[in-house]
Amino acid sequence: MMEMRFETPKTAEAASALIAATPGLSKIFSGGTDLMVHMRSGNIKPDLVLDIKSIAEMNVIAVENGGYRVGAAVNCMQLLENTAFATTWPGVIDGANLVGSIQVRGRATLGGNLCNASPGADTVPAMIAAGAIASIVGPNGRRDVPVEQIPAGPGKTSLAKGELIVSFFLPKRAPHSGDAYLRFTPRTEMDIAVVGVGLSLTLDDKGVCTHARVSLGAVADRALLVPEAAAALIGTTVDAAALAKLAAAASAAARPIDDKRGTKEFRIKVAGVLARRAAEKALSRAKGKN
Amino acid sequence: MLTNTKDIEQVMKVVGTSPLRPDGVPKVTGQAQYGADYSLPGMLWAKVLRSPHAHARILSVDTSKAAALPGVKGIILGSDFPDHPFDYVGPERVAQNYWHMTRNIMAREKALFEGHAIAAVAATTSAIAAEAVSLIEVKYEVLQHCIDVEDAMKPDAPLLFEDMITRGVEPAPSKPSNISKRLEFSVGDIAAGFASADEVVEMSFKTAAVHQGYIEPHSCLARYGADGQCELWSASQGHFVVRAYTAKLVGMEIGNLLVHPAEIGGGFGGKTVVYVEPMAVLLSRKTGHPVKIMMSREDVFKSTGPTSGSSMTVKIGVKKDGTIVAAEGLFKFQAGAFPGSPVMNATMCAFAPYIIPNVKSVGFDVVSNRPKSAAYRAPGSPISAFAVESVLDILAKKIGMDPLKLRLKNAVKAGSPTAWGPKHSHDGYAETIQALLDHPQYNKPLGKNQGRGVASGFWFNGGGESTASVHINEDGTVVIATGSMDVGGSRASMALMAAETLGVPYESVRSTVADTASIGYNHVTGGSRVTYATGIAVVEACNKVIEDLRLRASLMWDTDIKNVVWSDGYAKPVDKSVGNFEPLSLKAIAGKRAVTGGPIGYEASTNAGGQAPGFSTQFVDVEVDPETGAVKILQFVAAQDVGRAIHRDYCAGQIVGGVVQGIGWALNEEYIYDSKGRLSNAGFLDYRIPVASDLPMIEAVLVEVPNPSHPFGVKGVGEANIVPPMAAIANAIENAIGRRMTELPMSPPRVLAAIDAG
Amino acid sequence: MSKHHVTTVINGDPVEFLCQPNVSLLDVLRDELNMTGTKEGCGTGDCGACSVTLDGRLVCSCLVLGVEAQGKSIQTIEGMANGETLHVLQRKFLEHAALQCGICTPGFLIAARSLLERNNNPTEEEVRFWLAGNLCRCTGYNNIITAVLEAAREMRGA
Repeated sequence: MMEMRFETPKTAEAASALIAATPGLSKIFSGGTDLMVHMRSGNIKPDLVLDIKSIAEMNVIAVENGGYRVGAAVNCMQLLENTAFATTWPGVIDGANLVGSIQVRGRATLGGNLCNASPGADTVPAMIAAGAIASIVGPNGRRDVPVEQIPAGPGKTSLAKGELIVSFFLPKRAPHSGDAYLRFTPRTEMDIAVVGVGLSLTLDDKGVCTHARVSLGAVADRALLVPEAAAALIGTTVDAAALAKLAAAASAAARPIDDKRGTKEFRIKVAGVLARRAAEKALSRAKGKN
Repeated sequence: MLTNTKDIEQVMKVVGTSPLRPDGVPKVTGQAQYGADYSLPGMLWAKVLRSPHAHARILSVDTSKAAALPGVKGIILGSDFPDHPFDYVGPERVAQNYWHMTRNIMAREKALFEGHAIAAVAATTSAIAAEAVSLIEVKYEVLQHCIDVEDAMKPDAPLLFEDMITRGVEPAPSKPSNISKRLEFSVGDIAAGFASADEVVEMSFKTAAVHQGYIEPHSCLARYGADGQCELWSASQGHFVVRAYTAKLVGMEIGNLLVHPAEIGGGFGGKTVVYVEPMAVLLSRKTGHPVKIMMSREDVFKSTGPTSGSSMTVKIGVKKDGTIVAAEGLFKFQAGAFPGSPVMNATMCAFAPYIIPNVKSVGFDVVSNRPKSAAYRAPGSPISAFAVESVLDILAKKIGMDPLKLRLKNAVKAGSPTAWGPKHSHDGYAETIQALLDHPQYNKPLGKNQGRGVASGFWFNGGGESTASVHINEDGTVVIATGSMDVGGSRASMALMAAETLGVPYESVRSTVADTASIGYNHVTGGSRVTYATGIAVVEACNKVIEDLRLRASLMWDTDIKNVVWSDGYAKPVDKSVGNFEPLSLKAIAGKRAVTGGPIGYEASTNAGGQAPGFSTQFVDVEVDPETGAVKILQFVAAQDVGRAIHRDYCAGQIVGGVVQGIGWALNEEYIYDSKGRLSNAGFLDYRIPVASDLPMIEAVLVEVPNPSHPFGVKGVGEANIVPPMAAIANAIENAIGRRMTELPMSPPRVLAAIDAG
Repeated sequence: MSKHHVTTVINGDPVEFLCQPNVSLLDVLRDELNMTGTKEGCGTGDCGACSVTLDGRLVCSCLVLGVEAQGKSIQTIEGMANGETLHVLQRKFLEHAALQCGICTPGFLIAARSLLERNNNPTEEEVRFWLAGNLCRCTGYNNIITAVLEAAREMRGA
C-alpha cells in the first residue's frame, strides 16, 4: 500500500528541510493539476507531498524595483485578475489564460507549470520571452536562475533535491514593449499545445526593434530560447521581411517529435506561422503602449 | 389494438410544447442517482485487472497474493462464468453470440485487446481492491497483433480466432482469417448501370474508430442474496436487456434478477450492452455482500466498444441531368476483438436515400485487436455516408448541379425501392432537402478560405417491444410508468402524450421509469424508438383507461356506456337527451372508484411496427486557416423529418447533440494506437470531443411529415442527425480550399498536408 | 496510511471527516460524505463534471486533495438551491432544456454560477470560453449557453 505523508510547511526553508529529511520521493504540491494526474495513474508515487500554498512569499504579486515579483504558488486565475500585472505582461497572461480550463487555471501555478517540465507548458515560453528569473530556495540557501535553465527534459528540472522555486522576477518593462503567447491546438481550449510561441519585443521611438526574445514550446524536449529568431527582428521595424526571417528561424530551431498531438512536419511548419503571428501581436501591443 | 390515428392536423393542446421535465429538479440539484451514486450497507468495492497486451495467450493467473491481502473478499476470473455454445442467435442485423459475449466480459483463452478484463477483485475499500489487482500475477505469451482493418484482412495477419472461417462466402474459404463475415446487397445490373452513366466517380476512404464519449463511465451496484435473488442498480440504456444479458452470462433465471434503472449519463448506443454488471453480480454472489463497480475513464476508452474504423471504396455513376444510374460500395469494418461491427447497417444505409436501379453494396466484418465495437448512434450509417455523400458532391460539381438539387432529384419517397428488398414506406426525405433550399442562409455568400458543404443521411429507426402502465390516483392525478430509460427527456414526452390523450393538464401527470419487476418488457432506449414505440404503448394504455372511465361514468349516471363520451379530460353525456349530467373529471370518477369497480389503471404492451425511418439533410459553413489546417465551424443548419415533435425543445436537442458529435467525429476524434497496439489517448485530454468554445449555435430545423402509424405522427429523432455531418464538413472544406479529404478525422495536420500537397 | 482529520465548511455547514492524504476531494465528497451530486467523468481534470468552488474559486475536485479542504469553504451543487427555491441558473437550465442526460449539469451549474458572480453581462463568446472546461456530449451546448445568458439577463434585472 502506498504510504504517503502530507505536510503544509509555512516557510520555504521548512519545506526544503522536510525534503532533505525524507529519504524517499518528495513532491511539491502546488496547484496539483499535474501531480494529481500522475499520482492517480501511478506514474508518481511520492512518499512526501508538501503543500506549499501557505508560504507567504510564494503567494505575492508585487511591484519590485519597477519590475514584478510573482510567487511560484500564485495560480493562473489570480494572475489574470491582477489588472496591473496583466496590463504590463499581456503575453504572460496569454499563456496563463490557456492552461487547461478555468477550473484548472484556478489551481495551476507558474511554479508548477515550469517544474512539471512538460515541453508544451503554456506559461513557460512567455516567461522565457519575458526574461523571467526564478528565485530558488534550497539546502545551500538562495539562488537566482533564468527560467529557461530550469526545464531539463520532459518531466525533469535542473533543480537539486531539496530545492524549490519560491518566486519569479520579471524585469522592469521598457517603453514601447509588447509580448504575446500563441499556441496551436486542434480544439479552441482544453488541449496541450502542439506548438507554442512566446515572444517579447521592445521598440525605440522610431519603431525599430531594439530588443527581442523568442521562445518555442512543444517543439523540443523542453521550451527553447531561440536567439536566432530574436536576431531576425532586432534592428528592423518588424516588417514583412523581418517576419519571414523570424518564421524561418523558428521553424529551423524546432526539433519536434511525432506524437499523438502532432507530426514533426506539422510542428515545424506551424512554429514558423505562430512565431510570425505572435510577433505581429506583440508589435501591436508595443505600439499601443506609450 | 391501436386507435385509428385521429386527424393529425388538429391542434394539439400540449403535444408540441416544451414544458419542464419531471426529472429536471433532481438533475439540477444533484439529487438524481446515476449508476455510481448508489451505496448499500456492507458494500464492497470491485476493481478489474485488465490486459496490458493487445494480443496474448493467457498461460496462468495466480490470485493467491491478492486473495491473502486483508480486506479482499472475493476474486473472479473468466472461468467463473458459465460457458456458452458457439452460435449466432437472433435476426442477422442484430445477432448475438454468447460464446463471444462471455469472453468479452472476461477473457478466457486469450487477451484479445489491451484493456481486456482478466480478473476482478471485491474488497472492503477501493484502495484495497486496487492494490489487490496489482498483486495478481498473470503469465502471458504475447502474440503479434493487428489493429487496422486492412492489416487484419491480410493473408499473413495474426489470427484472433484460429478457426474463424468467413461466413457469407460460397464456397467457404479453406483457411481461417480475421474476416468474420461477408455480406452483399445487389439489385439490377451494376456493369450495365455504369456503362450507361455520363459521369462516374470512384474514390476510397478511411475512417478511424471513435467512441460514443458519454461523460458517465459504466457503473453498477449488485446485491445477490443467499436465496438466489439479486438486485442490480445499473446505468444503462435498457434495464430489461441488462437483465437478460446478465442473467444469461451469470447463469441465472431472468426472474431472479431485478434491475433498477439508475439515471444514465449518456449512452448513444454504448450502454445497450453489459460490461460491469455480470462481474458485480458474480462477485456479490461469491462474497455475500453488495458489490459496486465503477469504470475509470481510461477503462471506458480501452475496454468498451467504440464504433468501427473502416476502409471503403464507393463508386457512383450519374447521367448529365443528375439521375443516379449505378452505385457500388465496398465497406470493410473493424469489429474489434469479436465479430459484430455495424457493417450490415452501413451497406444497407449507404445508398438508402436514393432511387438507384443498379446497386451493389458489399460489406466485410473483420476482427482485430481492439475492444469489441458497440452501437454508436445510427451504427454504421454515418461511416458509409461519409463516403457516399462525398462522392455525390464530387459528381454534383462534375455535372454543374447544386448538390441539394442532385439529392432532391433522386430522393426516395413512399413506395421507392431499397437495395435490400422492402420498399420505403414513408415520405420525408425530400422535405428535408427542400427545407434547406428554402433556408435564408443557404445562398449567403462566403469569404476567403470559407466554404459550404451539404450532405444527407438515413437511419432505419426502430419499433419493437414496449410496455406502459397508466393509473389514476385517488385524487384524479395520473401516474404513468414505462420501462424506457430516460436519456434526454422522454419522461416528459410520455407525459405529454398521456396528457394529450386523456385531455388533462401536463402537470397532473407523473411520469416514471419502473424497474424490471414493476412493468412489462421494454426494449432498449436506442434505435430512435422510444417516443415512437413506448409512446404507442402509453397512448394505448391511456385509451384503455378512457374506456374504463366511460364505463365508470355510465355506472355513476346509470346509463348505457354508449351515452358517455370522453372529451377534454371529462366524461360527458353524448347529448342532452341522456340527462342533465355535469361533466365528470378524473377526480370525480376516481372518488367513486370503489363502488364502480375498484382501482383504475391499465398496462399496454406493444411490439410496434410501422415506424418511419429518419432522414436528415444538413449544410455547414466552414473557414479553413490555410497556414495551419485548422477548421472552424461558422454555421451549421440541420433539417430532420421528425414526424411530429412531442416536446419541441428536447426533440431539437437530439438534432443539435447528434450534429456536434458528428463535428467531433469529422475534425478531431480518433483512436490512436502505438506500435504495441495500446491506446495512446485513453482520456478526454487527447480524445478530443468538441468543447463549447469550438462551436457556434447549431440550428435545428424540425420538418414534420407525420407518420400515420403513430397516434401523434412521431418519427424517431435520435439518430439520423449524426449521419451527414462528416461528409458535409468534408464537402465544405473542399469548397473552401479545393482539397478533397478522404480520411477521418480531418485534423489540422491532415488538412495542412492536403493544402501543401497542392 | 493513517487518516487525517479534516474540519471544513461545505455549503455553509461545518463538516468533519477522516481521509487518507492521497484521496481526492471528489472521492471524499462522494464516498465519505455521500454527496453524490458532484460527478466523476474522468478523474483527471479534463471534463469538469466534478466542479466545485474552493474558497470561491472554481476548481475540479478531482484535482484537489481531501486534506486540502482543511479550514476552507467548499460549495457543491447540493448547496446551490435555497431550500425549495432554485437558483436562477437551475431554473433557466430547466426552462431552456439545457440538460438531456444531466450528468454534466451539476458541473456546468457550478461553473456558470462562478462566471456570473464575476461578470453578470457576459457575451456568448465569453460564456463559451468560460465553460470550455465542462464537457457535454448530449446537448451540443446550444441550450446551456442560452440558459446561462438568460440567467445573466434575469440577474441584471434586464
